[in-house]
Amino acid sequence: MMTSSILNPLDFIPRIPIGNWVDDIIQALRTAIGPLTRVISTILSGFMGVLSDLLLLIPPFILILIISAVAWKLASQRVAVFSFIGLSLIYNIGLWEESIITITMILVAVFISLLIGIPTGILSTRYDMVHKIVWPILDFMQTMPAFVYLIPAIFFFRLGVVSAMIATVVFSVPPVIRLTGLGIRLVPEDMVEAATAFGTTDWQKLTKVQLPLAMPTIMAGVNQCIMLALSMVVIAAMIGAGGLGAVVLRGIQRVDLGLGFEGGVSVVILAIILDRITQRTKDAKE
Amino acid sequence: MATIKVENVTKIFGDRPKKALEMLDQNISKDEILEKTGNTVGVNKATFEVGEGEIFVIMGLSGSGKSTLIRCMNRLIEPTSGDVWVDNENVTKMNEDELRNFRRYKQAMVFQKFALFPHRTVAENVAFGLEIQDISLEERMKKAHEALDLVGLKGYANQKPGQLSGGMQQRVGLARCLAVDPEILFMDEAFSALDPLIRRDMQDELLNLQSKMNKTIVFITHDLDEALKLGDRVAIMKDGIIEQIDAPEDILRNPKTEYVARFVEDVDLSKVLTAEGVMVKAKAVARPKDGPRMVLRKMREAGISGIFMVSRDDELIGYISSDDARKAVDADQTSVEDILQRDVVTTLPDTTLNDLFELTASATIPVAVVDESKKFKGLIIRGSLLSGLVKEAYPHDDE
Repeated sequence: MMTSSILNPLDFIPRIPIGNWVDDIIQALRTAIGPLTRVISTILSGFMGVLSDLLLLIPPFILILIISAVAWKLASQRVAVFSFIGLSLIYNIGLWEESIITITMILVAVFISLLIGIPTGILSTRYDMVHKIVWPILDFMQTMPAFVYLIPAIFFFRLGVVSAMIATVVFSVPPVIRLTGLGIRLVPEDMVEAATAFGTTDWQKLTKVQLPLAMPTIMAGVNQCIMLALSMVVIAAMIGAGGLGAVVLRGIQRVDLGLGFEGGVSVVILAIILDRITQRTKDAKE
Repeated sequence: MATIKVENVTKIFGDRPKKALEMLDQNISKDEILEKTGNTVGVNKATFEVGEGEIFVIMGLSGSGKSTLIRCMNRLIEPTSGDVWVDNENVTKMNEDELRNFRRYKQAMVFQKFALFPHRTVAENVAFGLEIQDISLEERMKKAHEALDLVGLKGYANQKPGQLSGGMQQRVGLARCLAVDPEILFMDEAFSALDPLIRRDMQDELLNLQSKMNKTIVFITHDLDEALKLGDRVAIMKDGIIEQIDAPEDILRNPKTEYVARFVEDVDLSKVLTAEGVMVKAKAVARPKDGPRMVLRKMREAGISGIFMVSRDDELIGYISSDDARKAVDADQTSVEDILQRDVVTTLPDTTLNDLFELTASATIPVAVVDESKKFKGLIIRGSLLSGLVKEAYPHDDE
């Protein structure tokens, strides 16, 4: 250990209590917006409960067929076959219910991410101010280790599915915002000019020219968003999110390699299906 | 029909437009203003009028401010000062709604790089302006098809623009404007991105359409030949200043400034006309797989006495005369190998007429125009040389 000396002037600066400050802020926020978080919490958990119950109500075999059909329509025959075999395997090893919970969480998280991300991305291209504020925040959000998001989420929404959901949204929204913004910025200047020359309103320009032309890029953002949501949903098992993440977590806690592996494989299967379906949609639009 | 009046329109690019304007008033040069304020003078006090049904061409080299000027007229670029009057309305004073309506109903614009929307079909592209006007789907598709007929693109309605050639894409661009039936057409280097032969076709077609529609057209170009051919009157621009506005004939005869004089002095000389400008498109070409009978048939169909053979990627291989082909057929040969003349006289597209005269004088068959990569572009027959000269010397005559 070094003792403080004139050669190490940094030691004379007292420790800056960043951690305490964050604690204080979160605490203050918690009391301030407590009622709001409770409302959000109730709505979200209610909605997710209903959605996963609905999905579980459908006989697994029928649901597998439906998902395979969707894969066929949006992607290809190969993806459809893979979906059918993969999902059947998940059912076979008894992780069906957990998978449905995971899928539900992803669907809801992605839906919320798009709801927040696409308009924010659009706004960032219209107002430089929004861009200047949002982009550093996105950089910050994306470099922050994913686990850190779990802590404030618990603070506001307590342990459970809703916290996991909020953390997942925070984690998966940046690519949607970024790629929506990027896609719109990449629309060739002369097409925007042509639209203007025909007397478009801002809304017409956005919906008839900019968004359709930005669609491939936005879809890439959606694809990334889904992938990030999936990875976060697994991590979020640590704060009681349930689903496949919980299976993996149980495997770790019991040092049960087999259980952990089964959970892991199921996650990979879901990841591949979701990725291929959204990626193919993107290609088709191009 | 509309008349346009442009009064003292000035555009300064930069953050100190007021200062730059003052300096312009003191007759300080563009370069000095750039040095002292860091601002660029795009257009310097442009003043002109365009009459009903007139084709007004603004001609200048790149950087002369012509594209800026045309954009000031529908305010795609806001002029720094000056007024643009269309009929009796001041476009520069219009508020947002009035400007939008002006753009929707009164004018339309054709762009150099077409600016078609790749996610829409040709018909949907053409109907775009009508869609913006909130016209019903049925009505706008009807009008879109009419406009497509007008530019000769019947049957392409459901293709995507990316599937069409450059010339056809610009026809779509033109149809997109005609569909809204505007009184004014702004055409910004509309044909500059096209191949020379197609460009000539489009120019003819525009003149042809104009004789039926009688729109007020402002046409921007950097090509003097094009300006002289299309314009009822031509404005020549340099460094943001309009140097002269006159009918083509008068520009050629009485250039008012040294710049214009330098510009037009070459026009009536065979020095500036190039092979590319006077060549004609081959009516038919032979392919390596063709036998004598096929070759002869192609010539007969096209009504020509000789035919060039080109490879699948348009590289020139040789020439076959109809006499030789007939002999080969009579001798019942199956290959054209024996009658193919491989050493044909060729020339590059930018060879001037002067040099071409010598070439064609000694040649017994047409001279083939090939580019650097040996691609066959067109051919030159003696007659086209002369007509090229006549046409250029008296560009205002009807051909």
